Amino acid sequence: MSETMRRANPSLLELALTFNHIALASFGGGLSAWSREVIVVEKGWMAEEEFLSAITMCRILPGANQVNLAVFVGAKFRGVLGAIAAVIGLSFVPVVIILGLGYVYFQFHHLPALQSVLRGAAAAAVALTLAMAIKTGRKCLRGAIPLLLFGAIFTMNGLFRWHLLPCLALLAPLSLVWGWPKSDK
Amino acid sequence: MSAETLLRILLLFSSLSLLSIGGGNTVLPEMHTKSVVDYHWLTDSQFADVFAISQAAPGPSILIVTLIGYKAGLSAGGELIGIFGALLATAAVVMPAGLLVFFVVQFWEGAKDSNVRRAIEKGFAPLTVGLVLASGYVMSKAADQDWRAYLLTAVCTVIFVFTKVNPLVVVAIAGLLGWLGLV
Repeated sequence: MSETMRRANPSLLELALTFNHIALASFGGGLSAWSREVIVVEKGWMAEEEFLSAITMCRILPGANQVNLAVFVGAKFRGVLGAIAAVIGLSFVPVVIILGLGYVYFQFHHLPALQSVLRGAAAAAVALTLAMAIKTGRKCLRGAIPLLLFGAIFTMNGLFRWHLLPCLALLAPLSLVWGWPKSDK
Repeated sequence: MSAETLLRILLLFSSLSLLSIGGGNTVLPEMHTKSVVDYHWLTDSQFADVFAISQAAPGPSILIVTLIGYKAGLSAGGELIGIFGALLATAAVVMPAGLLVFFVVQFWEGAKDSNVRRAIEKGFAPLTVGLVLASGYVMSKAADQDWRAYLLTAVCTVIFVFTKVNPLVVVAIAGLLGWLGLV
């Protein structure tokens, strides 16, 4: 899959604008799904597998997952400045918006209409996350072993609500053994 | 008074940045203890409201720290210190972890054709799909409060999987339905 990746070379401005777009689209939540929608599907900056492994690494490393992803993508294309541009793009407008909301909230102690709008938007944002699982799953869950790995981590992390680290401690070694390139000669 | 508050903001959020392995949500309990119980920056119910705002507002949900920093500064020295506290908290939570990710990317890009990288890219994909489904599942239990919301989630999921409709249009319509009181 990774051979089909288009050569991408976004400028600093494009990185900032793209992450700003991702952030603003995600009212109600679903930021990971929006990132994939824009970075993989719309822009073609990363192949599906590269993107999926990047978001898991960004989860393992300390820090907010979405900020980490912005650093990851920004640094991949444009080094330090790219990382800074992507993080500023991701957070500048949202910080302004959330400060506005905070001002209203601490002045008037509630945000009336907003809550009902967000209830609807959140239901759709959940759907975008579920749809991401279905769309990526159709591509990479072929065969018994990937299905088993997928089912096991969903059960541990989703149903049993185990912390991410014990889940990965158990399953990451197995998936690395499965994913290790066969000596093809 | 406000200098001490700002120093506390800086120290608290930069240390939480490095402790938040697995994502920002993992340090919420610690964030609550420090900012509500120890420092009295917010009340318990304000913390819950600020959490809800940061979850739903556009952008990363870690921006809860922006609001906590804002309120801390607001109480210590008024509106201007509030805004400074907000920006300081945001920078403090982003920088240390961001720096770490930056160094990992340097290694990662240097390892383009290595077996380790191939194994991670292939092997982590099924795990990631499982984690994404798990977070969708957990989110749906928090966001969908009755059968109408579950139905809306189900219909939207079908639309996202089988059509090419711009997701933003769907989310906006769902927000409109919420505003009309239908979910």
